Formats: sequence, structure tokens, C-alpha cells
Amino acid sequence: MAGRARGDPRVVLSYLILAAGSLVVAFPFFWMVASSLKPLAEIFDVRFLPTQPTIENYAEVLTRTQFPRWFANSLIIAAITTVSVAFFDALVGYALAKLQFPGRGLIFVLILATLMIPTEMLVIPWYIMSSANGWINTYWGIMFPGLITAFGIFLIRQFMSGVPDELLDAGRIDGVGEFGLFWRIALPQVKPAMAALCIFTFLGNWNAFLWPMIVIQTPNMRTLPVGLALFSGEAGSSWNLIMAGSALAIIPVLLVFLVLQRQIIEGIVLTGLRN
Amino acid sequence: MKRIWTAIIVGAVVLALPAAGIGQPRVTITYWQYFFESKVKLVDQLIAQFEAQYPGVKVAHEHFPYDAYNQKVASAVPAGQGPDVINLFYGWVPLYVDSGYLQSLPLDAFPPVQIERDYVPMIRASKLDGKYWAIPTAVRSLAMFYNADLFRSAAVVRPPVTWEEFQAAAERMTARDDRGRITTMGFGVAPSGQDHHLLREVLFRQWGAAPYSADNRRVTYATAAGAEALRWYTELITKSKVGAIDFFPGAGGYRNAFMAGRAGMIVDGSFAIGAIRRGTRASWGVATLPGRTVGGAPSNFGSYWVHGLTARAQGPRREAAIQFLKFLVSEQTQRLWLDAVGELPAFKRLVDDPRLGADPVMGPFVSALPYARATFFVDEAAQRQVLVDAVNEVVLNNKPPRQALEESAAKEQKILDEFWAKRKRP
Amino acid sequence: MATQVAAARPLRRGLRIGQQRALWAYLFLAVPLLFFAGIRILPAISSLYISVHEWNIVSPNRPYVGGANFQTLAADPRFARAAINTVRYVLVGIPAQMVLGLGLALLLQRIVRFRGLFRALYFMPFITPIVAASWVWQWMYSVHLGPLNKILQAVGLPAQGFLRDPGQALYAVAAMVVWQYLGFQVVIFLAGLEAIPRVYLEAAEVDGATGWRLFWRITLPLLNPTLVFSAVYSTIVYLQLFTQVLNMTFQDQGGPLASTLTLVLYVYQLGFQRFKMGEAAAATAILFVVILAITLLQMRILSKPVEY
Repeated sequence: MAGRARGDPRVVLSYLILAAGSLVVAFPFFWMVASSLKPLAEIFDVRFLPTQPTIENYAEVLTRTQFPRWFANSLIIAAITTVSVAFFDALVGYALAKLQFPGRGLIFVLILATLMIPTEMLVIPWYIMSSANGWINTYWGIMFPGLITAFGIFLIRQFMSGVPDELLDAGRIDGVGEFGLFWRIALPQVKPAMAALCIFTFLGNWNAFLWPMIVIQTPNMRTLPVGLALFSGEAGSSWNLIMAGSALAIIPVLLVFLVLQRQIIEGIVLTGLRN
Repeated sequence: MKRIWTAIIVGAVVLALPAAGIGQPRVTITYWQYFFESKVKLVDQLIAQFEAQYPGVKVAHEHFPYDAYNQKVASAVPAGQGPDVINLFYGWVPLYVDSGYLQSLPLDAFPPVQIERDYVPMIRASKLDGKYWAIPTAVRSLAMFYNADLFRSAAVVRPPVTWEEFQAAAERMTARDDRGRITTMGFGVAPSGQDHHLLREVLFRQWGAAPYSADNRRVTYATAAGAEALRWYTELITKSKVGAIDFFPGAGGYRNAFMAGRAGMIVDGSFAIGAIRRGTRASWGVATLPGRTVGGAPSNFGSYWVHGLTARAQGPRREAAIQFLKFLVSEQTQRLWLDAVGELPAFKRLVDDPRLGADPVMGPFVSALPYARATFFVDEAAQRQVLVDAVNEVVLNNKPPRQALEESAAKEQKILDEFWAKRKRP
Repeated sequence: MATQVAAARPLRRGLRIGQQRALWAYLFLAVPLLFFAGIRILPAISSLYISVHEWNIVSPNRPYVGGANFQTLAADPRFARAAINTVRYVLVGIPAQMVLGLGLALLLQRIVRFRGLFRALYFMPFITPIVAASWVWQWMYSVHLGPLNKILQAVGLPAQGFLRDPGQALYAVAAMVVWQYLGFQVVIFLAGLEAIPRVYLEAAEVDGATGWRLFWRITLPLLNPTLVFSAVYSTIVYLQLFTQVLNMTFQDQGGPLASTLTLVLYVYQLGFQRFKMGEAAAATAILFVVILAITLLQMRILSKPVEY
């Protein structure tokens, strides 16, 4: 598919559609960046571009608040959670897709069912649990609910189901242990899905608001979204600061995306079926 | 050698002291409020002063984003966590009382007679079952903010004193593009901002419909007079088109529009002064809310944030919390609060200060305090929704104001009934 | 070691191998299952317990009220409205999101240059913080000042109410949600497309299948696991729509006139703004049953064993 000639009208059309679409899709994002460069006096102007661009919003966010600290907290939490999710979700997804055992279907439905209670209803039991165990206002308290996700298990299970059994059987004949089958044979086959899972998990924890807000007690433990919420108050919101803070908050996620998206495209090309 | 021994002994004593409880605070109490920079800073200072006065008490001060405050409370409380002293919007108090979260203020430390003698009258909305459940440091009222530059260019010579003049001024300041889209609102309407308060406590009353019965048990605004008030208000949007709902996006969009010079007038609370002072480009002023007629009875909506004693504060913590509460509402704190936060003091004698009344910005708010009424909300979020829906029914669905009001009154009556059904008749 | 020996003699010790693999599976699942039991399932059960009690956050007596909370909801027009709205979001949002997502993923796969740039651009909405994105979208929809109405009027069409029109508001919010999830959807489909072994596509092309035939006969069937995932997961997401609606209608949550209200937003208002935890839990229980039923149905209908 990728091998078509450059002059192919279908390819040209693809570029045109993608370019037009990306303008529409990215427009709100550029509006956000443009707004973050406006001085307070211009923030509500209906003009798209600032007439007097300034970085004072960024300076204020970075110096007058504990933004660097919030940033670091979010980074630690998102990174640890992503590693944990990547390992456990892949392991469970593999077991559910590729191993035969009694209760497999039931366990899968049970895990899937845990997605169906909205977080809003779980925060009170979580808080009671955290309070009893002394997890309030700790990193562990902020991240424990997200260390394994049904979303990722479901995603990986779906992709693992496409891994040919012959590959695993061949590994068994070569004397590979059960964990090795998962780690060395199956896992490389679902690299694109793993990359996607890592992106989504990092992003999800980076942007998580409700539970962190509830479990955090002190300013130095705040995560980025909880910190940004302080820019909204009873007498309205400081939109200039929210826009600058949001623009800064995007950077790490964008980096993670740019690094991992290569895996999505190149994963299978390198390790795909050789026979 | 001797010095080493001395050092060891001194060290041991120093280490042993806290263990023995000497010099260590005996009680730690927790105070919660929402985050507002100047309030948070001031309360930190106040706590330092308080702890110096009461060396046996330590106060932990925790604050949370404004929009998520209720959620925080609702999650912490079932876990037996949460504060001993809590800052709440007065309109939430009945709900918190109903949930058993607050204990009533002790009569000896806060005698009701003294409260009613010292405080501006609106705080009676915090009296339930004959007891006070919470008490404020500061209070707010409504006034009209106007853009003096727009006044000048529209040849509006002075702030309107009647609603008729108000409408005329709004019409002159409204600007539209060639397709009839509003580019500058004469009046920044905001039903879900402060306008639902304006309707309830100002317009309904001035048009001749008391919003609620004296015992707060019945909704009484759905009368011909009430409908006329609603008609007048909604026609600002539908007929004279001097304002549009959600003209600017986001919470407080009407205020942002004013700050950007795209609304000639808004009705807002004294808590907005700071934001408006910081963000408004044009020259602006504040005036008392207009009345139905010149010299007619004025009305205003008053509101306040209260400090309450939670059910969690028991034993020595309760004693400490009561002391802290007294400190928080003291005359000295109220003065500091006015200077640092810019909120009006809750004591009558402080409000009566002529310098405050003469202040061009504070004055109109202060002068409304003697007659400002705080609606007795039993479920503020739901009751606000009811009136916002009444406005939208008229504006969006062309419902006759009377019908919209009757439907809303029926819904609100249900909310009140549910609340009162659980309480004993006095 | 035992596994290796077993694997080497599959015929004689077939039963043992099955048992051993099952043991391995349980070993792999042990920690995650304990985790889910403690963090998700038990709290969910406690939420069901609350649904049959009157529970207003703190009050120590929480009397059992049977189905009273469910009866209150059944008679509550806002709840009915929220339920209908939620179904509408699902019916409008998911097809739009999946069709657009798949189309974009196919286009992105076809091009060679600027791939990374385009992929990043389409992913931007998903990483833009929701508060900032909502504010910008509300500007775009602004009746009097927004660019959308300006464009409409420039081409001679009447201005629209968008978020201020009870008939349009839900779709205006849904468009924003689709926009936001597009990046997510594209990444999932790209991963799915890449997971299709090249040999099958190449073999089909050798057999003369091209264009649509190739897509319908080969690509789409092989994409089935990804499609199932997308459909099922998006349904769960849309049935729990909350944050986007809250932020898009912050001044009049779920408005105007409850026209954008969703079930979870209503649950949130009942539980956290009005402290009616019993009713909130009852609404959650209903939502849970509905999502579970739909998910099981989807899995049954959509899932086909993948055969290469």
C-alpha cells in the first residue's frame, strides 16, 4: 500500500484531505496557544492572533505558582503508572487471549464489567480505603486506582488474539517457558498496541483530575490538573493563565506520543511473520 | 570530655521533651476553605496569630479548588476525615445540617441574641430550628457595575436609578453588526450568574411578589406580579435584545464581557470587585441597584460564606475549634479581612463606618447591607436550576412567563417540601 | 523446566499440559484479579448497597429504603431526560467517531511524507486539556461572536443557536467529543492496521484484489478485533460521558433546559452537589446494568474468531 507512485492522484487526494482536515482539527489547539500569548487585556478579544504577543502568562504560571512542582508530581505519577499498566495489562491480556483455562470467559467479562461503574461513584470507597491505610496525600494514594486498567487488558487481549498460535507452539517446541512465550514471543507481536496503550495511559494519568483532587491535601502534592483548577474561582477564571498552563502541560504528552508513535508504525514491519 | 557529656545530656533532654509532650501542641484542628489566593494568605497569617495566643492548639489549614469543593467534602466526610472548622457558602448550610454534618454553634460562645445584635440582618438565613449553625466573617451584596466610557459615548449622563432608565441606558449602549448580531451588550445578562438572585430577591419583590412565605416553606413568586417581573427581565433578551445569555463562554462570561468592554452594565456581587479592578480596561463605576420607582423600597440580595463547626469536632478538639471560630469572626479579623481580601465586614458597627460608605466602589454595596436579604436555600444548586430554567423556557421556548414561573414554582415547592418534611414543625 | 518437558511430549501428557498452562494463567492473573476485586468490584458492590439506602453523606442512620430511590428516579423527568440524551450521544457520536477515525487512519497509512506531522496534528485534540478545549469550542459556537456563525452568514445561511439551542446543543457537544476522541481512534486503528500481517495484503493484491474489494474482503475482516474493541470501548465511554458536557455547559450544567444532560452528569449532581448519594447510587446501578447488557450483546454479535 505504501509503495504507490508519488504522482498517483489518489495519493495527492489523500494529502489534500489530510491537510484540510488537520487544519480544522488542530484549529482549537492553535487558538489555545494564541490565547496563551495574549496579555490579560486582550484575552477576551475575539481576534485570533494577539496584537501584542507576550510571554508574561507563562512567566506568571511558572513563577507565581508551584507549577514546576505540580509538573514533577504529574510526571512521576504518569511514568510509574504507565510502566505498571504496560506490564500487568499485557500479561493479563495475553493470558486471556492465548491461554486455555477454566473460567476464562467469566474472568474477562468480570474485568470488563469493572469499566462500567463511573469513577465518580468509586471515589468515596477509595477515599475510605486510603484513609484507613494512610494513603491520603501520598503518591501511592494518587496512583493506586490506575495501576492496572481494564481498558488496557481489553485492548491487548484483542491484539493478542491476532497472534498466530503456531508462533507460540513453535516457541514451546524450542523449549521456551510460559513467561518467555509471553515476554519474548507474543509481546513483540503487539508492539503497536503496546505503544498505543502507553500513550493513552500516560495521557490519562497526566490529565486525571477527580481522584487526585480528592486524595491530595497539601499544595506540594498537587498534580498539574489539580493545580490548574486553582485558576478558576468564584469570581471567574484566569483564562490567560489556564491557556498558558495547558499549553505547557501538553509538551510531555506530545513528546511521549512522538517517541512511541514510531513503534506503532514500525513495530510489525520489523518483527512480523518471517515465514 | 565534659563538653561532650553536656552535649549528649542536652541532646537527650531536647529529644525527650516532645516525647513527653512538653512544648508540643495538645490539639490539632483542621480548617478547610476553597482556594482564593488572598484569603489563603490571610488565613495563614491569622493562624500564626491564633497559635501564638493559644500555644496548646495547632491549626492545619487545607484548601481546595473552588469548583471541586463540595466534591472534596462529600468524599472525605464518609471516611470520618475532614475538617473541624469548615468554610461553606451559606446557601449550602441547610443541606449540610440536614446531612448531620454540622453541629449547632454553642449557645454560650455564640449567644443568638448577641449574633442578631452585632451582625447585619441577612445572616438570619443561617438560623434553623431556632439555632445558628454557622457564622460569617464577611458578607456580600449586589450592585451594578457600569462602563463609564460606554456611558459617555452613549450619552448616558448618570447611572440609572429605575429599571426603566436601566433598560433605556442598556438600549443606547447596545451595538450590533450589520446582520443584527450583538457586538456590545447594553446589559450583560447572566441567569446562572447573579441574575437568578436578582430575580428572586430584587425584581420579584419590587414588582410586588414576595418570593417565599415568611417561614420559608412555600414558594410564592408565581403570581401575576412575579410573571411581570420575569417578562420584563426576559424581554431584555428577546425583545429589546440588549443582552444575550452566554455571550462570552465559561463561568462568569458576563463579567469577562464587562471587563473586555463588551457589556455596558452587569449586576454582580462585591466578591467580583477584585477581578474587575484587575481586568477592566475601560473606566468603570459602581452604583446601587435600580428600583421599580424613584424612591421606592430598595431591595438587594445578600450572601456570605460561613464558618461552621463540623460533627467531627468533639472533646478537646471541639473546645479548640470554638476558640478558633471565635477568632475567625472577631472584629479584628473582620477588619483585616476587609483590607486583605476586600470583602465587607459582617458586623453592623464596622459596616456603619462612614469612610466605607463613602468609598465609590464599596459604598453602593455597603449601603445595601441593611436591607439585603439572603434567600433561605435548602438545596442551592437545584433551586438555582429551577429559576434558570424558567428564564430559558421563556427565552428559548417562547413559553408565557406566567406558565414558566408556575412550572418552576411547582418544582421548587417540591424541593422545599422534601426538606421540611424531614424536620419537625416548630 | 516442567513446562519444557511437558511440551516435548505433548501426546502422552496432554491433560497435564492443559493443567499446567491453566496454572500459569492463574499465576499471571493472580495479582491483577486481587487488584480488581479490591479497587473496583468491592467498591462497586458497596455502591449497589448504597442504592437501596437513604444515604446523605454523613448522617449515621442510613435506613434501608428498598426500591424507593429507584422509584424516585422513575418519576424524575430530569433522569428520563438524561437517559434519552445519553442514548443520543451514543448513537450520534460512536458511528461518527469510528467512520472518521478509520478513514483518517487509512489515509495516514497511504501517505509517506509528513506522516509523523499529520499523525501528531490529528492527535492534538486528544491531549489538549479539556478545560482549555471547551473554552475554545464555546467561542467557536458563540452565537453573536463566534466564527461559525460568521462563516454561515458569509455564505448566506441563517445564524444558528448551537449551544444555546435546546435542539442543537447535544449535537454541538457531541461534535466536540468526536473531535476530541478522533486522535484516540486514529491511533487505535493505525495500530490495528499495522498489526495485519503484510503477507495477507500482498497475497490478495497478487490475486488481483484492489481498492474497495481489498478493503472489504481483507482489511476489514482482519481488523475485526480492533473494530470490536473500538465499538465496545467507545460505547462504555459515551455512556459515561461527563467531563466534556460539564465543561461545555459549565454555567448551566447539562443545559440549556437539560438538553445536554447525561446520566453520569446527573449522578454527579445528585451525589456531590445535592448529597443524595442513595439516588446517585441507584442511577449508577441502572447505568451499570445497561452498559453490561449492551457490552455483552456487542461482544456476542461483533466478535468473530480471526482466521488468517
